Order: sequence, then C-alpha cells, then structure tokens
Amino acid sequence: MSKYYVNKFLYQVDRDPELLAAYKADPDGLVERWETEYGPWLGTGNRVEKTSWLSFTDEERRALVEHDYTRLFELGAHFFLTLTIFIALYNDDYETKSGPLAFQREYAVKLAHWLGKDYPTVAL
Amino acid sequence: MAELSAVLATTHHPFYLKATTAPPESRMPQADEWKRKVEAYRETLTAAKPDILVMVGADHFHQFFSDNYPAFLIGKQPTYDAIFYNEEREFGIPPYVLDGHEELSGFMLQGLLDRGFDFSVSHELKLDHSIICPIITTRPDADLPVVPIYTNIFAPPLPSPKRFWQLGRAIRSIIDEYPSDLRIAAVGSGHLSLELGGPRQFGETGPDPIFDRKAIDWLASGDIDAILENVTHESMSGAGNATHGFMDLILMMGIAGAIPASYVDELDLFHTREMYMTWYPGGDPR
Repeated sequence: MSKYYVNKFLYQVDRDPELLAAYKADPDGLVERWETEYGPWLGTGNRVEKTSWLSFTDEERRALVEHDYTRLFELGAHFFLTLTIFIALYNDDYETKSGPLAFQREYAVKLAHWLGKDYPTVAL
Repeated sequence: MAELSAVLATTHHPFYLKATTAPPESRMPQADEWKRKVEAYRETLTAAKPDILVMVGADHFHQFFSDNYPAFLIGKQPTYDAIFYNEEREFGIPPYVLDGHEELSGFMLQGLLDRGFDFSVSHELKLDHSIICPIITTRPDADLPVVPIYTNIFAPPLPSPKRFWQLGRAIRSIIDEYPSDLRIAAVGSGHLSLELGGPRQFGETGPDPIFDRKAIDWLASGDIDAILENVTHESMSGAGNATHGFMDLILMMGIAGAIPASYVDELDLFHTREMYMTWYPGGDPR
C-alpha cells in the first residue's frame, strides 16, 4: 500500500487545471499518464531527480481510475485531498441538478457505514 | 518594548466571502447575521490599533506536501502572495498580496530557536485561506505587515495540544521582548469540531456540538487545565476527523495567557459552529 503515492496523485492533479480536466474526462488515461509523467519525479516539482521505488497497488490504481472516493477513504488517503478533488470533479454537476451541497451529502451517505467507528488512519 | 494589543482566535470558514457577497436572491439565510457578527468582531481588532499582525494558520496541502511537511514553520519575507488556484476555484477567494515584516519574522524565529522550538523557515511562502480568511474577516483592507506562522494540524503525527499551548506562550514572550514601539496583534484561525471527507461532513450541525460548547467555554474562560485534561488527538478525532485545527485556537490562547477573553461570539452555521474570540492582555481598549 502506498498512501503517500495516492496522496501525491491527488495533490498534484487537484492543483493543476489541465490534469484535473483530464482526470474528469478520462480517468484511466490520466492515471496512466500521471504514473509515467508525474509520479516518478522526486517530490512535487522536481524534473531531474527521480524516486525509484514508489508505485500504486492494483487496488489503489483501481480506486483512482473509478473515482471511488469511498475506497480511497478506506485505504487511508488523506480526507482533505480526497474531498477537495472530488468536489472539483462533481460539485457543479450535482449542484445544477440537485442544489447546493448535494454532492457533499451523497459523499457522506456513502461513508455512513463508518459512523461510530474509528476511521482508517491517514497517518503514513 | 512592543505591546501585544490584542489576540484573536477564530474559526475560518472559507465560504464567508462568497456567502456574504452573493446576490440577495441566492444568499444563504444566515448570510446577513453572519456578516453582522463578523463586522462586530472586526471592531475588536480595529480598536487595538495594531501596526503588525502575527498570523497563525495551517497550510491545507497547498504548498506543503508529505515529501517535506514541517511541524512548525515561519515565513520571513518582505511580501507574501496568497490564495492558491484550487482555493480560488472552490471557495471563490481572490488572490491577495500582503506586506511582510521581515525584522519581526527574524526576531521571532531566533526567539523560538532560543526557546527550544526548532522552527522551519520559508523565504518563498504563499499563504492559504487559513490566513486570508481571518484577513478578510478582521482586516479586509489587508494593509498591515504580517508575520505568518504555520502549524501542522493536518498530516499526522501531529504535535500535542500541550505543545501548541507552549508555542503560544513562547510567541508571547518573544513579542513582549521585541524592542519596538509598535503595537502587535496576533490573529489565528483554526476549527472547532469539523469533519471533512467523512460520514459526518456537511450535516445540519457541526459533527460534535457538545465538544464545540465545551471548547468555546474553555477558551473563553482561559481554562488551559481543562483543555489539557480533556483534549487529545483521539478525543479530537472523536469530535470530527478535521477537529485538530482546534490546536491552533489553543495556541492563540497560549499567546494571550490563561485569562478570560474580552469578546466571545459564535454562530451556528449549517455544518459548523463559527467562533469569534478576542483577548486583550494589556487591557480592553474599547
């Protein structure tokens, strides 16, 4: 499991409008592209040094490709990064159809089975 | 010596600006009351006639990431850009440019090191909404030089509540020793109970109104003993997965000292309780 790498994906895609649009339009293609063009570079801005050992598990990659924020929560991806990027992807569509906070409320309902339990830790 | 003219501790709600500037027909019902409360709170800073603002906040994965996430960091720059693309996108907060006060930043950094707080320092720090939200609410002209201090309330493992209190005390003693006639106000933002990206998010109230009640009362009465007895990382998680921002409010009380607040107000919004608190350690100027 590489929560760090999942967080790095969420962090880098959320802060870049072009990557974000691509993640909405073609999640599979963008995840693959990120794994080649972004993930391997050291940290979040380096274009010379690489990290040789980080990668997603199959489950992490699937959760990212399927926009499965429930699974990401359960895998311990950081709640703020996950919420922020999925608001960017879905809030406007939900708001147009069902009013303000409709997406955020559905998000909460999908995680309702965690109420009263200790959440999966976001510690790395 | 410099005078600490006020200490403000507030929740920061990133949608304040958007909510209170929306056209009347699309404003949330509480928008007018919210604006009234914020403007009344702003007066508590204005009355203190500050020359410099020491600002306390927490970067929300905007500049900092887990390849290198500081526990505590101070900016030391002549100027600070503020608000990241994804904050403008989500919250509608426009970009800001603030003056910095490099001399006090340097004095603060050295004072912290001397007191055993081995701070990180940035010379290219961009400020996020944890600092700009209180600028919008308490000093919207953004006309004072700032000294920004960032804490980690976000990427565990986190420093302890006690450490935030101690850091507040250290900041206070450094301000008291700063050789200047200037008036310094400390303005910090954090959270009461808060849930983000979890099952209790965006409910009809904040995730833990009972915690919120106690937390406001502890801060308002300066009861640090009750806080340190009752507030742990685990108890904060129990109140909501993002409640750890409460530690920045503890830090602010550390700057004020264990004294009663002179101004306490609150507002129950649909998914959070907002808090507006001011201490006047040198006496109430109003």
